Amino acid sequence: MTPAVQVSSLWKFYGDYPALKNVTLDAPAGACLALIGRNGAGKTTLLRTIAGFSRPGKGSISIFGTPPRDAQTRRFMGYIGHGISVYDELSALENLTLYAKLYNLPDPRGSALEWLERTGLERVKNGLVREFSRGMRQRLAVARAFLHEPKVLLLDEPFTALDDRAIAVLQTVLREALAAGKTIVMSTHQLREALELATHVALLNRGQVAFHGPCTPEMVSDPGWVYARYGEG
Amino acid sequence: MAFARQVFVIMAKDLRAELRTKEAINASLSFALVVLLLFSFAFDPDEETVRAISGGLLWIVFAFAGTLLLNRSFARELNNDCLDALISAPIPAAALFLGKALANFVLVLAVELIALPLFGIFYNVHWTTQLPQLLLVMLLATWGMTVTGTIFSALTVNIRLREVMLPILNFPILIPALLAAMQLTNALIAGQPITSANEAWLKMLIGFDVMYTAVSLVLVEIVLVS
Repeated sequence: MTPAVQVSSLWKFYGDYPALKNVTLDAPAGACLALIGRNGAGKTTLLRTIAGFSRPGKGSISIFGTPPRDAQTRRFMGYIGHGISVYDELSALENLTLYAKLYNLPDPRGSALEWLERTGLERVKNGLVREFSRGMRQRLAVARAFLHEPKVLLLDEPFTALDDRAIAVLQTVLREALAAGKTIVMSTHQLREALELATHVALLNRGQVAFHGPCTPEMVSDPGWVYARYGEG
Repeated sequence: MAFARQVFVIMAKDLRAELRTKEAINASLSFALVVLLLFSFAFDPDEETVRAISGGLLWIVFAFAGTLLLNRSFARELNNDCLDALISAPIPAAALFLGKALANFVLVLAVELIALPLFGIFYNVHWTTQLPQLLLVMLLATWGMTVTGTIFSALTVNIRLREVMLPILNFPILIPALLAAMQLTNALIAGQPITSANEAWLKMLIGFDVMYTAVSLVLVEIVLVS
């Protein structure tokens, strides 16, 4: 069976510096792969290359057997990066309607309203994003990423700097996504939150895969176990 | 059809965002008016001098004022990492580029259409004698300016000194289009229509627009995905 995400012998260079060195890993359909590693290990570079924002130096990436920059592939990928990726000058409804149109959803306004309700933002749907609190902006970012019901979710540090309500919203939608058979690849430093959801773990160390395998009970009970066993210590 | 709809969605988004803040358009318009006003005080040109320099003066003002708008085109997407979301959306990079270029075209043209009558007032010039042809030249030259400006705005979006880099990269490329626009504008403001004597400048403008639009549409995917 074709893995949902397959990374084969991937190298990525910034100038002469290899940010990723011969990375090979995969995530089966319906899995949640947690990418862990110290700062600068290459997690964000790997996620951005999988998302198609950046071209591989060598090697290849496929999402359900197709390249990430294929328009059809992008239709079923969702990405949450370090920014919230919504426009401060537009209202919450305008933002979500914009993305719904870009993803060619059949009822852009209806989809936008549905996700505003799911993330508890329906009362402020016409408010400009620049007037939103940080938590509201983060919930809107979650709505933006999930609006088109992606089959593969790429999340870069999704729990970082979230307030309690945004963490609860994100964990709920991620659990629902996993229950619906969707695939998640997330980079994170918050091991406890991530390992609660993860089915697989990959540890990156200086651009290389130090460990890649299923998430075991030892990891869940002691999130530092993988670092202690396979990391630099 | 889907391509045209995607272009329109991007254009509408950019125009809505700009018209809500009016940051770039206010800066661009103010710049154009101040430069026109300062030149009129500084040189106090007579009628003949104005006819000789009108094309050059107008297009230098339009080019610099336009740069203020073009600089914001992709830089606007850096706030909250919106560019990532646009690149990951299932639309061709060409649709993204064309939508942005059209929004820039509307904004730059609006600034020009406000500045032009004021130029007539400040310099006491009857600029409406060949109005339809003057508008044609403005449309063609403005499209050329916005196409190259938009692609260079994408190219320089991640550079720290992008406000400086955009004009440095864009203006040398723009020289043929600006030269043609200046020559034609000089003649049209003096009341002379476009004839076979200066038709070559018009052809150059059209050629410039076609060539740089095609090149930009082909290259934008490579520019955006490094």
